[in-house]
Amino acid sequence: MSKVGVFVCHCGRNIAHTVDIKKVLETIKDYEDVVHVEDNMYMCSEPGQAVIKEAIKKHDLDRVVVAACSKDMHEDTFRIVTKEAGLNQYLTEMANIREQCSWVHEDKKESTEKAIKIIGSTIERVKRNQALEPYHIPVTRKALVIGGGIAGIQAALDIADAGYQVTLVEKDSTIGGKMAQLAETFPTLDCSQCILTPKMVAVGRHPNIRLLTNSEVENVDGYVGSFKVKIKKKPRYVIEEKCTICDDCVHVCPVIVHDEYNAGLSPRKAIYIAFPQAVPATYIIDPNTCLGIDPLICAKCKEVCDPKAIDFDMHPEILDEEFGAIVVATGFSAYPYEEIGEYGYGNIHNVISGLEFERLLSANGPTQGVIRRPSDGSIPKTVVFIHCAGSRDPAKHLPYCSKICCMYATKHALQYKHLVHDGVALNFYIDVRTAGKDYEEFYKRATEEESVIYVRGKVSEVIQDGEKLLIRGVNTLTSESIELHADMVVLATGLLPSKGTQEISSILKLSCDSKGFVKEAHPKLKPVETAISGVFVAGTASGPKDIPETVAQASGAAAKAQIILSSDFLERDPVIAEIDDLTCGICHTCIHVCPYGAISYDEGQNKVLVNEALCEGCGSCAAACPSGSIELRNSTYESISASIKALLKA
Amino acid sequence: MKKINLAIALGATCAGCDVAILDLNEKILEVFDLVEFKFWPTAMDFKLDDLEKLKDKEVDVGIYHGAIRTTEDVKIAKILRQKSKVVVAFGACANFGGIPSLANMPYEQNMFDLVYKDVPSMDNPENTVPLTSVKIDDVELTLPGILENADALEEIIDVDYFVPGCPPMVPLIEQVIEVLKVFAKKGELPPKGAVIAGTKTLCDECGRTKPEKISFKEFISPQEVEEMDPDLCLLPQGIICLGPATRAGCDGLCTKMNVGCRGCLGPTDKVKDHGLKMISAITSLLEVDEEEEMTEEQLDKIVEKIPDPLGTFYRFTYGKSLIYKLHSEEKVI
Ligand SMILES: Cc1cc2nc3c(=O)[nH]c(=O)nc-3n(C[C@H](O)[C@H](O)[C@H](O)COP(=O)(O)OP(=O)(O)OC[C@H]3O[C@@H](n4cnc5c(N)ncnc54)[C@H](O)[C@@H]3O)c2cc1C
Ligand code: SF4
Ligand code: SF4
Ligand code: SF4
Ligand code: SF4
Ligand code: SF4
Repeated sequence: MSKVGVFVCHCGRNIAHTVDIKKVLETIKDYEDVVHVEDNMYMCSEPGQAVIKEAIKKHDLDRVVVAACSKDMHEDTFRIVTKEAGLNQYLTEMANIREQCSWVHEDKKESTEKAIKIIGSTIERVKRNQALEPYHIPVTRKALVIGGGIAGIQAALDIADAGYQVTLVEKDSTIGGKMAQLAETFPTLDCSQCILTPKMVAVGRHPNIRLLTNSEVENVDGYVGSFKVKIKKKPRYVIEEKCTICDDCVHVCPVIVHDEYNAGLSPRKAIYIAFPQAVPATYIIDPNTCLGIDPLICAKCKEVCDPKAIDFDMHPEILDEEFGAIVVATGFSAYPYEEIGEYGYGNIHNVISGLEFERLLSANGPTQGVIRRPSDGSIPKTVVFIHCAGSRDPAKHLPYCSKICCMYATKHALQYKHLVHDGVALNFYIDVRTAGKDYEEFYKRATEEESVIYVRGKVSEVIQDGEKLLIRGVNTLTSESIELHADMVVLATGLLPSKGTQEISSILKLSCDSKGFVKEAHPKLKPVETAISGVFVAGTASGPKDIPETVAQASGAAAKAQIILSSDFLERDPVIAEIDDLTCGICHTCIHVCPYGAISYDEGQNKVLVNEALCEGCGSCAAACPSGSIELRNSTYESISASIKALLKA
Repeated sequence: MKKINLAIALGATCAGCDVAILDLNEKILEVFDLVEFKFWPTAMDFKLDDLEKLKDKEVDVGIYHGAIRTTEDVKIAKILRQKSKVVVAFGACANFGGIPSLANMPYEQNMFDLVYKDVPSMDNPENTVPLTSVKIDDVELTLPGILENADALEEIIDVDYFVPGCPPMVPLIEQVIEVLKVFAKKGELPPKGAVIAGTKTLCDECGRTKPEKISFKEFISPQEVEEMDPDLCLLPQGIICLGPATRAGCDGLCTKMNVGCRGCLGPTDKVKDHGLKMISAITSLLEVDEEEEMTEEQLDKIVEKIPDPLGTFYRFTYGKSLIYKLHSEEKVI
């Protein structure tokens, strides 16, 4: 015999408008095992909560049904209320008579009947509930940040400043990411390096940050609180502590390759430093282009290196570490313009990408900040900037808007005009999207003060025409077709998830959207959480973003990670799956089905086990288990069929 | 030791269950030592009269195989119940309705017409159909009437024990003999309702290795497989196997022969609808990674390759399934 209390909420008029609360109370009070019924205008309000607490004590209730809104809204609220009244919080269930009843019906009589059924069914369910205790799982109070762009840098600094140990893993030779390649940043035009490098230096110096560059995460096991991570630290072949950045080795190295930092617009050697302010400040040998490390073929650099910093005997190191939380900040890559046929598939020299233009604009770039054409080094007098290059084109390219391209194309045009006063800057756009603080003003400045010309239209074709480029398109405002000659074309291409983002998603089993960006746990309310508890995402790894938004997200993700790191134990909901070994035939169906990787086969015990730290209680396995061996706690076959029976009862 | 009085009665059956008992080979002699046959019309000269003449509860153990398909089956089952201390449902038909219960699927056409008139293999220009009564020279000949559906034994009488299988395999029958021995010696019986077979599912004893994660892209029939891996679980090879949903006890008779389990031992204690459970497992295992990107048509194409879905997933248990009960408007839960 249970003693059930039923509390019915009006939700102002939200429920009471279509459900006859009085009738509900009158009917429910006579149900078997119901010892108390009561209503309240707002059950979730302080007075409403007090009503429940008092009734639990006064009537010695051992089960509670709150007939109100959805579990998503207020299950936690009412569980806490129950707990505070001294009753186990899992002996409370919510009956949803708002979203599933009053909101979707108009007829008062019918919705009242339905509300009664929903409550009756919930009573049958709650009667079968067991008191449960939350799990406590230990926390390794260290964070792993993957990716050392501005997002990863910011997240690592925030967590480290809060007093926790952070390991920052970056696959390139230096941290900085794309921001280190930018010249100046919209909308303020401050120099990207100037605002970024102090943060890079801070990372390098921070006592709580362990920086692993030229390293990659190979494997992640475990779960929130204790992720077991395998990190591969690739050899640099240069001893960081000894290298004095004297540049002697670079002069003797016979290998010349494209410099990635300068977007391929200048050469570098096989032994190099990405840029002078790189962190860590040390050279690296690129083993793929060096004439030969094993067997040693050239070794010219080693001969000239005075401090004896070069060590060809370095080997990859595998580090096994444990972390309580992970921040994924693996960033983006620009849409490859080699894919855009109408703009020459990357074969026309003077059609370049936005990132290449950033390098031309940079004082430390291949042209020392003078805008020169890649083909002949001349200064272009007419430059066409094409917005949405490969974006918003579901048929052929990216279907979405990358949010930042209008802004950086505007920035490029404006900077070009600063540098080449008599030049013509012409921007082709679909529509100019300037949603951001001071962004519209920035765009106005480009058009009004710097007389950048904006043409609403789509460039249909760019072809080489002698020394010049012939651009064909349509002005979509006047419907006139356009044909003009320019010296250079800059494509504002959209953003894709970086290859590293895709790799890390598959290692961490993160769900991704159709383009491969990491999916947030909730697009609005959980923008930095992922489907995997304890793994957070920041910056462009989850979608196109500008720097301010990236930094804000990084701080958000860092704060979320700190919540986990802030105590030695984590509480986990005990409403999880349980396997009955008596009937389980070890068919492995559930292992495949579990979206959280919570089920595994243990060969030693010859059993299929649910990991309580990973199980989110989604119930997929219980539905799929062909032997009926899995039940969710407090959603057993018995309790589900009792509540269905109650629903079907006339 | 007092011998046990045994009766073996039958309903809508292929008599494979009888053959299975005889398949005990020399072990059958143990049975003869243990029991006194009071009724076994298939193997010995017994008429229903012989059973009817017995005192109530004179039979210690009454075994029934076959489904309940005709009025005569009902009659025999009820007599068996009356004369027996305990009744055992023996074989898939008595347990779940078996193959005969597949005919419970509501066809647009009357099952009787289908079988006697319209089946392509039937040549019946005069539309001769069996009748329950016919007079020839003033002598009335009668046949039992056919019921609307074929049902499991439990639907008609109270059943004490269950031995599933089509037919029950020798190791299971040996278990039954062990039960009878204990009964004869000590008068002890297993708890009412016990199923004499495994508690887990077939995968547990099938012996094939399962990859950590099972999934497959398409269904194929065994004869289409170019080279079957004799050790790997059949499902990842694309062959439908009901083993994951089917009670253990056969030791993987079919899967050892590279044939998917057909489910004759029925579901575990936990499951009400054998076919439904297997369908939900199969659909969960079907290439979930790419499913979101696949069109409805592409998915249909894969599923179409399942030959005769009803017969595949409910070959032996349609008579106990929720969908049958829904059709027959019985109380489902
Ligand atoms: C041409 C151009 C101009 C721009 N101009 C502006 C501007 O003016 N103002 C503005 O606000 N924004 C601008 N942006 C946007 C800005 O670049 C981004 O918002 C910002 O760089 C995003 O930083 P991030 O850390 O998310 O990604 P990234 O900068 O891409 O950093 C990701 C880092 O993670 C590393 N990584 C990747 N995978 C792995 C892995 N598996 N393991 C370890 N490390 C990994 C990468 O090597 C990289 O260092 C511009 C973008 C472009 C393309
Ligand atoms: S508990 Fe839910 S239904 Fe009741 S007032 Fe609060 S939000 Fe509205
Ligand atoms: S050993 Fe490699 S890095 Fe050193 S100089 Fe030779 S090619 Fe260059
Ligand atoms: S799906 Fe069910 S029977 Fe199969 S391994 Fe999991 S718990 Fe066991
Ligand atoms: S309930 Fe969901 S999360 Fe938990 S083990 Fe089952 S499938 Fe995995
Ligand atoms: S072959 Fe069938 S019974 Fe054997 S393991 Fe695979 S699914 Fe289970």
